Amino acid sequence: MAGPVQSIERAAAILRLLAGGPRRLGLGEVAASLGLAKGTAHGILRTLQHVDFVEQDASTGKYQLGAALLHLGTSYLDINELRSRSINWADALAARSGEAVRLGTPFEGQVLVIHHVFRPDDTLQTLDVGSLLPLHASSLGKVLLAYGTASLESASEAGLEAYTRHTLVVPEKITRALAQVREVGWAAEIQEMSMGEAAIASPIRGHGGLVVGAVGLSGPVERICDSHGRPRPNLITLLREAARAISRDLGAAR
Amino acid sequence: MVERYVMSIDQGTNSTRCILFDHHGRLVSVVQREHQQHFPKPGWVEHDAVEIWRNLRRIMPEALSDAGVGAGEVAAIGIANQRETTVLWDRRTGAPLGRAIVWQDTRTAPLVEDLRNRPGDEFFLERCGLPPSTYFSAPRIRWLFDHVNGLDQRAKDGEVLFGTMETWLIWNLTGGAEGGLHITDATNASRTMLMNIRALTWDEELLEFFGVPRPMLPEIRSSAEGYGDARSVLPGVRITAALGDQQAALFGQTCFTPGEAKCTYGTGSFLLLNTGTDLVRSRHGLLTTVAYKIGDQPPVYALEGSIAVTGSLVQWFRDRLGLINSAPEIETLARTVEDNGGCYIVPAFSGLFAPHWRSDARGVIVGLTSYITKGHLARAVLEATGWQTREVVDAMNADFSVPLKELKVDGGMTADNLLMQFVADVLDVPVVRPMVAETVSLGAAYAAGLAAGYWPDLEVLRRNWHRAAQWLPDMDPARRDLEYGNWQRAVERSLGWIRPPRPR
Repeated sequence: MAGPVQSIERAAAILRLLAGGPRRLGLGEVAASLGLAKGTAHGILRTLQHVDFVEQDASTGKYQLGAALLHLGTSYLDINELRSRSINWADALAARSGEAVRLGTPFEGQVLVIHHVFRPDDTLQTLDVGSLLPLHASSLGKVLLAYGTASLESASEAGLEAYTRHTLVVPEKITRALAQVREVGWAAEIQEMSMGEAAIASPIRGHGGLVVGAVGLSGPVERICDSHGRPRPNLITLLREAARAISRDLGAAR
Repeated sequence: MVERYVMSIDQGTNSTRCILFDHHGRLVSVVQREHQQHFPKPGWVEHDAVEIWRNLRRIMPEALSDAGVGAGEVAAIGIANQRETTVLWDRRTGAPLGRAIVWQDTRTAPLVEDLRNRPGDEFFLERCGLPPSTYFSAPRIRWLFDHVNGLDQRAKDGEVLFGTMETWLIWNLTGGAEGGLHITDATNASRTMLMNIRALTWDEELLEFFGVPRPMLPEIRSSAEGYGDARSVLPGVRITAALGDQQAALFGQTCFTPGEAKCTYGTGSFLLLNTGTDLVRSRHGLLTTVAYKIGDQPPVYALEGSIAVTGSLVQWFRDRLGLINSAPEIETLARTVEDNGGCYIVPAFSGLFAPHWRSDARGVIVGLTSYITKGHLARAVLEATGWQTREVVDAMNADFSVPLKELKVDGGMTADNLLMQFVADVLDVPVVRPMVAETVSLGAAYAAGLAAGYWPDLEVLRRNWHRAAQWLPDMDPARRDLEYGNWQRAVERSLGWIRPPRPR
């Protein structure tokens, strides 16, 4: 086994140093505290800054721990906070689109529905916050898979369940579909979980751009999709606007 | 035809907001500006009325430009406002005579205590529907007269004007010292302790009692009617509505039928029940208030139950105990346990409000054992809001012939599913959340649009209301009774903690 990597040890020492005090530290202070040459300390600090583990104050040039590092240990955003921050945007999305809206986050290899806004037609609907959806067969799940927020490993051992004849169960097809999601920025699920139903979803990004969840709208396939069986462009626009608005809110506040 | 909009102004305790709504009651733009809170002494809370007016002048044009809307496309302006906050100003210069005294300010407590002893609650309840409390405006006017030299005489000479926030803003919007309209609406006037709750006019006996000269008071108008055109900021646009914020929320929730009720869950919570054109006098500690008055139609009344500490208990849990990092995390923490573990928190931080009205109560946590975790405490925090709602609803059901069938909710705490489910469980009625969370602003817009003919009638407004979520009761009745009994015993333990300062 190789010995410890010196530069990583030094980087760790710098992070501990920055975490230890209440104030920002200048390059000279960091170097002196750890007995490093200024050039060495600077190289490490720049690398840490590059991966967002360290931030440099623009006016003083001093260093502090970066937001990415702060969120590393608790990289999940509290789901109730996510709901609370999204609620106005999710309401507006439901009101404008005329469809039901859901937010999902990953939970034990599935999608946990953390928020649900009724379709605004006052028909009898049941709140399904707390229910679970399959990752591979739901648009919310596909978003979480596409951006690495969730993974299929545990589920795929037993084989993926086909809910309808449209459900994607072949790994290659899923991989291709997820690449497509990343390319266009939204996911669709057209009769893949239940016949007659369709949904689209888009990623919610937290601080630093990390995808923390997905927001989507769903309804009968003929309302979500146009005559070519493709999701309606106006719904996609509304959805992506809402997703961006929620992401903005989450990113703006640390 | 050009699309037109209604502009809503919500002059709240912490900020002033301007929102444009479209025909479907959907939000088109929102601009908000906070104002400074002044705490010159313990228990004192003040606002700078000039700062608030300046903020309004900024945000009204911003709300238009954000949406790319011209002043000509605004069909009407409606105002909702923090209630009871008291401003006095110079009629000729328009300059406020000191800072506005905010509804939360308790400087009138000794005066209120005296009034409750003599002439006693009944004297006031009979005339204005309110028992003496530090909330209301009249004791503040009295306090100012007693503490500011010569103010009393200047008011008698007609040099001083009184108003709550809507009065101050409408006066300024319609010309200020150059002939501005000095008006209020019946909902705001019903919170002064000076208006006769039946006649909706200033009550001579109450004016005399508090020594408030008639010339300083605004004219009481309907909540929705053409008041006049703005002469500054958006000249020529009609101002057609004003309501106190909680009444505006009731209106925005389209609680137009007797028996319909809403609860706004914020720092504190306010439950209002529409009792129709019947004036219901509470025997169970609720306030009788005007819900709204549309044009020359008869006034609609409401019973109101206010709960002082709901969201602020969660804030306390976050900021003072540090057990959570953000308010929504209370739900996460509460879900780490199955139930409250036998623990109850009665948040009587400054006494208990409706329906107890006990200023000698202080907060208690009961049922502590070594088994209790912070998760149980989080449950108890949320349940306190549920049980306090239940107590107010019980009082309403006892006072009013139509039992509550459903509770409409709004406010920040409605994002908490565990709490909303608990409210439904303990009330044993469905709890519903509307799609537009901004019910205060929406209510002012609705009233204004109605008066301006932008919307034809209440039915159309009702059709704009859509359910965003619903929680159905799902608690075993025996368990509900047992838990309620425990809560009531906890409340008993909070009473009488503060001893009277002087022997009688």
